[in-house]
Amino acid sequence: MDQFNNRKYIIGALIILLGIIFSVRLFYLQIVESKYKLSAESNSRRLEIVYPARGLVFDRNGELLVHNQPSYDLKIAPYELEAFDSTELCEILNIDIQTLRDAIQRVKRDPRERRNPFIKQLSPETFGKLKEKQYKFPGFYFSERTLRKYKYELASHLVGYIGEVDSNDIKKDSYYEMGDYLGVNGVEKSYENYLRGAKGRRYKFIDVRGREQGAYKEGRFDKDAESGKNITLTIDAELQAYAEQLMKNFRGSVVAIEPKTGEVLAFVSAPYYNPSLLVGRVREENYQKLKRDTIKPLFNRATMALYPPGSTFKTVNALAALHDSIIYPGTKFGCKLGYYARGVSMKCHVHDVPLDLVGAVKNSCNAYFAHTYKRAIDNPEKGNASENYEIWRNHITSFGFGNPLGIDLPSEKRGFIPKTGYYNRYYGENRWKAHTIISNSIGQGEILTTPLQLANLAAIIANKGYYITPHTVKDIEGIDTLDKKYMQKHWVTVDTSFFHYVIDGMEKAVNEPGGTAPRGRSNEVVICGKTGTAENPHGEAHSVFMAFAPKDDPQIAISVYVEFGVWGDRYGAPIASLLIDKYLTDTIGPERKWTENRIMSAILIPEGDGE
Amino acid sequence: MESRRVNILRDTDWLTIFLYLLLVSFGWMNIYAVNFSDQVGGFFSLDNRYTMQLLWIAVSLVLAIVIFLIDSRFYSFFAYPAYGIALFVLLLVLIIGTEINGAKSWIVLGPISLQPSEFAKVATILALAKFLSGYNVKPSKFQNILISFGIIVSAPLLIMIQPDFGSTLVYAALIFVLYREGLPGWVLLLLVMSATLFLLSVIYDELYIYMALIAIAVIGYGVYTRKIGHSLFAAFLFSLLYLGGIFLVRYNVLTIPPLLIFFLALITGTTVLIIIAISKKIRQLFPVMLFLFVFIGMVYSFDYVFNHVIAQHQRDRVEVMLGLKSDPWGYEYNVNQSKIAIGSGGFSGKGFMQGTQTKLKYVPENSTDFIFCTVGEEWGFLGSVGLIIAFTGLLLRLIIISERQRSKFSRIYGYGVVSVLFFHFAVNIAMTIALFPVIGIPLPFFSYGGSSLMAFTMMIFILLRLDSTRKSYLI
Repeated sequence: MDQFNNRKYIIGALIILLGIIFSVRLFYLQIVESKYKLSAESNSRRLEIVYPARGLVFDRNGELLVHNQPSYDLKIAPYELEAFDSTELCEILNIDIQTLRDAIQRVKRDPRERRNPFIKQLSPETFGKLKEKQYKFPGFYFSERTLRKYKYELASHLVGYIGEVDSNDIKKDSYYEMGDYLGVNGVEKSYENYLRGAKGRRYKFIDVRGREQGAYKEGRFDKDAESGKNITLTIDAELQAYAEQLMKNFRGSVVAIEPKTGEVLAFVSAPYYNPSLLVGRVREENYQKLKRDTIKPLFNRATMALYPPGSTFKTVNALAALHDSIIYPGTKFGCKLGYYARGVSMKCHVHDVPLDLVGAVKNSCNAYFAHTYKRAIDNPEKGNASENYEIWRNHITSFGFGNPLGIDLPSEKRGFIPKTGYYNRYYGENRWKAHTIISNSIGQGEILTTPLQLANLAAIIANKGYYITPHTVKDIEGIDTLDKKYMQKHWVTVDTSFFHYVIDGMEKAVNEPGGTAPRGRSNEVVICGKTGTAENPHGEAHSVFMAFAPKDDPQIAISVYVEFGVWGDRYGAPIASLLIDKYLTDTIGPERKWTENRIMSAILIPEGDGE
Repeated sequence: MESRRVNILRDTDWLTIFLYLLLVSFGWMNIYAVNFSDQVGGFFSLDNRYTMQLLWIAVSLVLAIVIFLIDSRFYSFFAYPAYGIALFVLLLVLIIGTEINGAKSWIVLGPISLQPSEFAKVATILALAKFLSGYNVKPSKFQNILISFGIIVSAPLLIMIQPDFGSTLVYAALIFVLYREGLPGWVLLLLVMSATLFLLSVIYDELYIYMALIAIAVIGYGVYTRKIGHSLFAAFLFSLLYLGGIFLVRYNVLTIPPLLIFFLALITGTTVLIIIAISKKIRQLFPVMLFLFVFIGMVYSFDYVFNHVIAQHQRDRVEVMLGLKSDPWGYEYNVNQSKIAIGSGGFSGKGFMQGTQTKLKYVPENSTDFIFCTVGEEWGFLGSVGLIIAFTGLLLRLIIISERQRSKFSRIYGYGVVSVLFFHFAVNIAMTIALFPVIGIPLPFFSYGGSSLMAFTMMIFILLRLDSTRKSYLI
């Protein structure tokens, strides 16, 4: 035994001490701390989202309009990478080598990056080329999603488009995750919840390299994807196509409605864009181009443009006045080529004098409606100007003006029918009367309406007093009935018995010699129409026309706006009548070819200024 | 005499053999669990790590038997030649070795790859035992300490060139052997203090450590000599000089780095103190001065080595370990995954072959350096503490065996085995449970690899062979 014998105890104690330290540490790691168990779960389990196919879109006759096409994202599995010909890959993908290197570095460093695609939405050619040579590039793989494809590139403003979600969308609806798509506009947006379907999920065991190692717990927690619901639109693809053809060189809008149902038959906002431009990789670039375009092709004029209704508004004024017994159908007013009174001068054109109501509608006499409006507003027996204005305004708003109609499309504008408060603020209380606001009588002045509201007015007149909120979707797969909102009749405040006077006037305007809309005549059907010439501060007056046909059993009500079209009969009336012919008879007679040609060859879109 | 007769069966330490077999078979089960896959060949395909390891176990057992067949005196006799061969092979591997994972540590003979550095441990222990058991060799003599260090350091110097940091570090464990044999306490204290200073110099700015050292010296002197006045004077002198320097630099009189200000103040101050001490014959000052300068020199050189000599990834590991740096997707990721795997095992584990973290390769090196993660994940707290107990038990048993040797050679050899085994066990487990930076050394008997298993088998069975004849001859 030596003098250092007791050192064995120190060494032994050291070993025991370490054993205790390890045990305590293991006790902490394995029993006290629970976060490691959770991390382990999320570590090795990958939630794989199964994306559903988006619902298809059909027209009212079952014609397929919008369907899906597969799109492939390219992803990288960093640990499966082997040496490969990077030059060749860069050539196929048309990227520079540094981009490739950076991407590989990124996924190697950060496992979270591996979920993000390296290149999104490969073009079909690139995909084809790469697929063929995929064996040469281990570690690169495809993940499939679907994109929209348009069989007929029609009704872009109505159908809308889809885009990637942003953080706001995710905040609003937890269904979405970064990288998902949703409807951004049109029916795609308003029927998003039906069209999108439901994502499925599959849990997979994955190893550290992100490779699948079989189903997690035998797929107990998996869920299949549910395809989106197919949607049938109310529009008639043929009519829509024809309307777009007619409007291709104009700025403006065409809205056609089936009066009895409120179903939108055609919905054009011109200039329109090709919806395929907003699909896939080119979307962002094209979107920016379209957005910068000075003629605003992305702007949905049909529901968002505010125009003065012009003379088409005389029909409503006539109906309101008849209902309130301000005038009678036989009431006649003179016209001295206009309406001149203290401080008011309103021109009119040459026509027979004096006119009764039907004649005034037929000839669109400004003076007649100015007189009528003066009687309505400056009527001391009933009340002061404000009170009378409110009575008038109440009628007007019952026709759906001044508020959004509630169409199933996003961002519909309300138009503008001023309240008394507006005039009070502007002129002072009790300091305004009929002459102050006389322009309202002929649909000018402060009044603004959307083309949709105007088409709805045509439908109301066709229905003799009611409308059904216009809508663009006829049927949703698996849903028995539409929203009640789109079946309910809204009666206007004007009694149904007064409508035939206005209808007669509209018939004569189109079909009798001397009417304001001879170009709206059709040999096939009796069209009732009313022109409008909406004066505006931007240039020539807009050409406005609203109509319905046939007179006895109206099947279609329509409004046409052609910006800067000078007067109603010049473009609006012929476009409307061609569309009515097309819809009701399915053909355009040879005698109308000249008119059709004239419309199609007119160009009212300005030259671009270099954009 | 009856007791002098050789009786191997009776005098063999069966408890150690039992613990050995227990660890080896438990280790193999874990390698099997991690590597089992339906996809790769049959059970007997040598592509499977578990089949390969089974082969190594068989070879090791044969090796154990061969070791027992050889006369126990051979090992003492053979110690220096073995050491010479080991050094030669380590040299050879630098020339003809094969590089795997960036280290030229392997000799490849057909399908078999061997790691000479593993076997060099056995040879070094034998040589150290041989030297220290020599006549009149005491580890308290400076010359003997030097020779012992020489024996210990030669192999790791060659291994460092490969480079294999982990295997190099293992040799430091042999200090325990010297300690047991009478290495003066102060040498050990010096080593412990150096390690502490090294850690401090990594964590803190070296300037602060210098200041702390001065403060300790000044206060230590005051307490030791009870001359508080001297201490106050010294403190005042150093502060004045240093703050004066800072002041001059602040107002652009001098433009020198802060560290240089400190050193100038230190040298000036010390010179003044030494002059005073000589003139007033204050002897106690000189040992304090020596202490101060030795440690300041040490910190300075550690700082230099850490920042300029060792590789960046090793620097990163130490810094992440000490919480100075965060690197969640690099090195820290591995340690974190290791903790997740072990932590997810819970109390009783997920069950044999049910581990997900290790099996799905979230844990790096899951059948070699990080094999303990599989134990933790599949066998839980019970299994891992069981392993700790088995290892601790084996180590204590080996100490008992070493202590009962009458021959100094056998005892020293036994302690050598204990030290190396202890070091491997301690560092390997500590790194998987994030108590120590990751240093790539295997867990004895568990980690996949033939060289390591064979080397540890040799270590243990040579000791058992020596032990089996402890009653027969004095080696």
